[in-house]
Amino acid sequence: MKHEIIEKNVGLMAVLVLVVISFGGLAEIVPLFFQKQTTEPVEGLEPLSALELEGRDIYRREGCVGCHSQMIRPFRAETERYGHYSVAGESVYEHNFLWGSKRTGPDLARVGGRYSDDWHRAHLYNPRDVVPESVMPAYPWLFENTLDGEDTPAKMRTLQKLGVPYTDEQIASATSEVRGEREITALVAYLQQLGTVLPSSAKSP
Amino acid sequence: MNTLWGDALSGFWSAWIIVITLGTIGFAFWLLWANRKTDKRPDADGTVETTGHTADGIDEYDNPLPRWWFQLYVATVIFSLGYLVLYPGLGNFAGVLGWSQEGQWEEEVAQAEERFAPIFEKYQQVPIPELAQDGDAMQVAERIFLNNCAICHGSNAKGGYGFPNLTDDDWLYGGEPEHIVTTINNGRNGLMPSWQQLGADNIENLTQHVLSLSGQAEDAERADKGGAVFTSVCAACHMPDGTGNQALGAPNLTDDSWLYQAPGQSLADSVRQTLRNGRNGHMPAQAAYIGEERVHLVAAYVYGLSQNQDQSQ
Repeated sequence: MKHEIIEKNVGLMAVLVLVVISFGGLAEIVPLFFQKQTTEPVEGLEPLSALELEGRDIYRREGCVGCHSQMIRPFRAETERYGHYSVAGESVYEHNFLWGSKRTGPDLARVGGRYSDDWHRAHLYNPRDVVPESVMPAYPWLFENTLDGEDTPAKMRTLQKLGVPYTDEQIASATSEVRGEREITALVAYLQQLGTVLPSSAKSP
Repeated sequence: MNTLWGDALSGFWSAWIIVITLGTIGFAFWLLWANRKTDKRPDADGTVETTGHTADGIDEYDNPLPRWWFQLYVATVIFSLGYLVLYPGLGNFAGVLGWSQEGQWEEEVAQAEERFAPIFEKYQQVPIPELAQDGDAMQVAERIFLNNCAICHGSNAKGGYGFPNLTDDDWLYGGEPEHIVTTINNGRNGLMPSWQQLGADNIENLTQHVLSLSGQAEDAERADKGGAVFTSVCAACHMPDGTGNQALGAPNLTDDSWLYQAPGQSLADSVRQTLRNGRNGHMPAQAAYIGEERVHLVAAYVYGLSQNQDQSQ
């Protein structure tokens, strides 16, 4: 029996299992690396500013992605509420993706411009002040912590290596743009640009 | 639409996907077929074929696969081929049904449009004051309000610190139907500059003067002194008598209705804070989010909120 060889050599079996599994990825994932739809930014997409980038890191640090997705699916129920469905070209500068997979709170893919800065501040300081039935935690420390911007250029250089078109001037001025700003300012700046590249109306994609 | 979803795959990658997909299915089917056995009868001498696996003296029979399992396997292969014919899966081949997720979305939207458009069209023809009396329309409008407006103005529309109360008769930008529609469509940007440069003494005088406009001054002398500064600095927007200017969104200061009095803050402190730091009220434009027809409905709802209050008084 030939399969006796495979059954009695665990290493060989592991390799062959990996080969078999890899066919799925080869057909479903690899072609996306070479498809314009997934590799080219939508028209008008700009890399995040230094302040927005720091805001994004606060978004990650506080675990916002655990309860908020950033992925509007092409269903009417979603586009009615959130706006145009998300497209791959909006995410090409995202490292890592924050699409999320759970919606305890609403989707945030197009929250930019939807509410005022003051609303976001009031809401993040204590969500129940503006949405009484909210179960979202409060984030009062964002109003106390100040950013020093020491690491911002390094973060931007790393993103530059990954293909985000930051200019050297942007990186050079990053620290001074961020230094002294409160964390809440950075987070609100990040939230207010989310999904604003595509038109917000579901009816005119 | 195509620009958003990008171009089709190149010929190479399309072929790559087709070869791998069909090759995998073919291989799986070949594997099944090549190892197929149908005969499980014992040989003439009564011995039964075994796989050669022995453990503790127990042999493993080399019987054919159960028929139900074999047939299920064949069925999955047939299903997968049928799926690939009907739906997109093989590279650039769109499938016989022509299904796509954006196509499905468009169909869904078109169906909803067909169903709901006549309702909104009908309401669109009704003038706002009349529409505000229509119970069915207001039920629809309330849902639009709760989904889009309540997040700032509150589900009871009474607003909060920095977010205007819509149920009273005090309007920053005017309470006529056309004003409300303009506000909802285009949003509003309130700008009260900081007057820090006037100095602490002037700010204190102005604070008392502003309080005196609604009869709440704590220090009549300072209120009096503030009058001159008010006339030269504040009257341009808030009018010499302090009744405000709805064209600019400058609030009426005489009506004892305060947008920026934080919970637990004294009125004098809130006025002081406004004078020192200025205020930037911002209502985002809603036209792009909810569309003209829903704006009309929700404007009627907002209009009705303060009208109903008048009746109850």
